[in-house]
Amino acid sequence: MNSGKESVPALDFEQPLLDIERKIRELQEFSRKEGFDVTGELEALDRRARDVQRDIYSRLTPWQRVALARHPNRPYTLDLVGAMAEGFVELRGDRQFRDDPALIGGVGFIGKRRVVFLGHQKGRSTRESIKRNFGCPHPEGYRKAARLMRLADKFRLPLVCLIDTPGAYPGVEAEERGQAHAIAENLRLMLGLKVPIVVVVIGEGGSGGALGIGVGDRIIILENAYYSVISPEGCAAILWKTKDKAPEAARALKLTPNELLELKIVDEVIPEPLTGAHRNWEKTAELVKEAVTASLDRLEKLPTRILVYRRQEKYRKIGIYGEK
Amino acid sequence: MSLLKKKRKPTIKKGPITAGLWEKCPGCGEIIFKKTLQRSLKVCPRCRYHFTLTAVERINMLVDKGSFRPLDQGLYPLDPLQFVGPSPYREKLVQNRKKTGLPDAVVSGKAKIEGWGVVLVITDSRFLMGSMGSVMGEKIFRAFETAAAERLPVTIVSGSGGGARMYEGCLSLMQMAKTSAAIARFEREGLLYVSVLTNPTMAGVLASFAALGDVLVAEPGALIGFTGPRVIRETIKQELPEGFQTSEFLLEHGLLDMVVSRDALRRTLVDLIRVFSGPSPGR
Repeated sequence: MNSGKESVPALDFEQPLLDIERKIRELQEFSRKEGFDVTGELEALDRRARDVQRDIYSRLTPWQRVALARHPNRPYTLDLVGAMAEGFVELRGDRQFRDDPALIGGVGFIGKRRVVFLGHQKGRSTRESIKRNFGCPHPEGYRKAARLMRLADKFRLPLVCLIDTPGAYPGVEAEERGQAHAIAENLRLMLGLKVPIVVVVIGEGGSGGALGIGVGDRIIILENAYYSVISPEGCAAILWKTKDKAPEAARALKLTPNELLELKIVDEVIPEPLTGAHRNWEKTAELVKEAVTASLDRLEKLPTRILVYRRQEKYRKIGIYGEK
Repeated sequence: MSLLKKKRKPTIKKGPITAGLWEKCPGCGEIIFKKTLQRSLKVCPRCRYHFTLTAVERINMLVDKGSFRPLDQGLYPLDPLQFVGPSPYREKLVQNRKKTGLPDAVVSGKAKIEGWGVVLVITDSRFLMGSMGSVMGEKIFRAFETAAAERLPVTIVSGSGGGARMYEGCLSLMQMAKTSAAIARFEREGLLYVSVLTNPTMAGVLASFAALGDVLVAEPGALIGFTGPRVIRETIKQELPEGFQTSEFLLEHGLLDMVVSRDALRRTLVDLIRVFSGPSPGR
């Protein structure tokens, strides 16, 4: 299980971009103080930044992208909900056992539209990370999610799910309380829910723990997020017999947004701001909000029966096999 | 000289399975005459350890003789990710095909159990640990469709240590959603789905179709759970409680309806189908 905490704030491959960003800031400062017009220079720098970014980000290895997805400064669920929603009210507890802080939910407005939010929640400080269990939910988290899904159904509110978890928690209590059962129930529930569901993978899409709130009509992923059947470390430990081969495993698993788009696992990739989501939360939230709104605009036009049928068909079509 | 060598070999060879006529019980270490084991449905006569069955053995054990009609036999796995690693997926598939005689880890068909028509799906835990890839998802989806069209109950016997198959990446992960979609649709049909969990049923298989039966039945002593015991031990850095993740443990925690020994499984299925479907096998 990886908390993402061991990643360094500035990843080495980001450096050239950060240098340009600093130059832009210096130039702006200079222009403000001295009153010179530097529009031309700024535009040139901006163009160069974009070129450098395109260059860096087109050459990112899958493993580097996993590192970005786990970056401790990335906006987490509550950061994005806070930035994109108004009047958000968090609703807590599964009404059976306890409230799971690793998976949060509530109701709020996106623009004029009311939606039910669900999302995995990581912590930023050590104390909060422990409280949030590094974004790894227990069964009660999935059962709280089920409760809020039913609430969405009752009030005919669309569901917006933000995915960011290394995986469902692998512990004794989680097993005793039926981790697998809780996830399975959610899959079935989401495949029959009568309201639109938009899923956005904002960081880590860790296997069944991600999918447990990740079934939807439209699956969107941020440019530097990943979605995988198993963590690269886990895959490397099984196949290569050492976690050191995680970079190779990350490549083999085809877990990057563009590869997932090709496999039709996701429907849309949101390009991140120039220097990555971890350096520009506001812009990221804006982009997520736009993508979610556009999807909901389309999905809400569909009659309920067609909506549900289409969702089931969408999953039915996933899979690549031969037939004699 | 050569005669001597040949004679000596069987006595020198060690391991869980002794060559030829005898088999060692992984449960209690008893050496059992193979024919005895066959007669007892591969259950150890001494400690009741349930040996793993192949899909074919399971079918023979469960259904009326000669009644099994396979469905969707033509489905076979591809290598959609062109998976590269220490042992490529394609090679693994060839090896496992040879080992099991099956194209993938799943067999489905229509059959009769004491005259009751049923759609039966069996996963074979010998084929890449019974893991679920695109073929298993598709076969299960189609099995539920066949059952709905022909008004038959469904029984799935799961045995999967692997869960979602790594070699097909997120395509495998999404088979969890796909099989759940089949079951969400099947809900409306008012037909029974019994899920039988055998040793082992783990991860993505349990966290999708295997946990979604109307009734959950497990064989005794099966390992059933979401995360494998080794990973849990590594995570919490503690020894696991006695009997953790066994069928009996799950029953006690309210996660199963019943634990049924192999010799009573056929009878249990008939009782369930009868009580949920009506008094006599009409179809």
